[in-house]
Amino acid sequence: MSAKSLVEEMKRGLDAPICLTWELTYACNLQCVHCLSSSGQRDERELSTDEAKKILDDLRDLQVFYINIGGGEPMVRRDFFELLEYSVGNGIGVKFSTNGAFIDEEKAQRLAAMDYLDIQISLDGVDAATNDAVRGEGSHAMAIRAMDNLKAANFGQFKISVVVTRHNVSQLDEFKALADFYGAQLRITRLRPAGRGADTWHELHPTNAQQREIYDWLLKHGENVLTGDSFFHLNAFGEALPGLNMCGAGRVVCLIDPIGDVYACPFVIHDEFKAGNVRDEGGFAKVWKQSDLFLSLREPQSAGACASCGAFDACQGGCMAAKFFTGLPLDGPDPECVGGDADEALSVIARGSAPKPGMDHSKPITLTRKKLPVGA
Amino acid sequence: MTVALASVLEIHPQVAVRPEAFGALAYHYGNRRLIFLKHPDVVTVVQALHDHPDVQSTLSACGVTQDRWPSFIAALTSLETSEVVREREITR
Repeated sequence: MSAKSLVEEMKRGLDAPICLTWELTYACNLQCVHCLSSSGQRDERELSTDEAKKILDDLRDLQVFYINIGGGEPMVRRDFFELLEYSVGNGIGVKFSTNGAFIDEEKAQRLAAMDYLDIQISLDGVDAATNDAVRGEGSHAMAIRAMDNLKAANFGQFKISVVVTRHNVSQLDEFKALADFYGAQLRITRLRPAGRGADTWHELHPTNAQQREIYDWLLKHGENVLTGDSFFHLNAFGEALPGLNMCGAGRVVCLIDPIGDVYACPFVIHDEFKAGNVRDEGGFAKVWKQSDLFLSLREPQSAGACASCGAFDACQGGCMAAKFFTGLPLDGPDPECVGGDADEALSVIARGSAPKPGMDHSKPITLTRKKLPVGA
Repeated sequence: MTVALASVLEIHPQVAVRPEAFGALAYHYGNRRLIFLKHPDVVTVVQALHDHPDVQSTLSACGVTQDRWPSFIAALTSLETSEVVREREITR
């Protein structure tokens, strides 16, 4: 079977997801400006420990090999380690994303003692100024301390996970050097206009010249750098980047959110892409196998306005979520189409008219009054 | 290593195989790699390796006709390289 027909098979959907993202909580100590899930405050409907274990039982029965755990900050859940151990004990490997705030020396040792566990430390700038502008005051130091602790505990190869923005594209080599220093693996992913990112995407997303830089950099370093296949829209520049080169939403991936809602992917927390809830009768398996949304995503999709473009086979029209939250039609070019085919359509979409992300768990904004200078 | 008809193989103990319509997905918990088994007959053979003395007897038992053996040897060689299958450890 050729690689192409394998992708065609994938598009028709699998019996269970290849990998599944599970945001354990909307609670977070940080308030990143591009947070995909608009996290901050815990949702009172959050799944209980028992409910979470029941999901893990279902995933084991479906033979899901591993899950990506995120949030929010997953380590704020008091049952975090209990769920980790339950998952691994059931043959489901865990890869979790964290800002590192809770990885002190003791936790680092506990994590290092576990098998089948991968850790991704989020870092969006090699220096504090670049990182903290996006992830918040003190978050760079937080991540570095966690990495130091993991290194001291001999955790082995953890991952440094970078969302590529306009402000850190020029740091890719330095990120790689940082990862090498820690014996870590670098993972870079695409900025999506989802969650709070819908508001900041226009200012943060790489320019077209920078997209070319990312593409060239990945061609050079691709084999040793993880991307979650998130840059396949860049394939229109020429040679294909490593990876499956397809949108896996509802076909090979999906998202379970902290209250059990199942979405097509981590970047589309919106009613339009909600397939069901794990608390419904039949649980996760029924949502995956039978939901109308997922079944429709597994039907052949129209190339729409991209049908006549010679690059369509390479880029597949890009990312559904990126189109949706920028107000573009789903059967047209990606907002970051490297051929510039979305530029005109984007320019006439009024700011604020694109669909709004589904839920907002951001913390209320606290206005801290600056002290007036004495004698003023 | 090149797999031969006389090779004695088994599924790598750190690998899980999940059947799918196109064949199967195999996941290696050690190196975290996902491998695609792109034909249902290859999946049948891989899963039967342990129950037979060698590759040739496995192929015969699974009803794979002799003209297809070379392509199965090639498939098993590739799966051995990606550590989905390995030389069987003899338990005494």
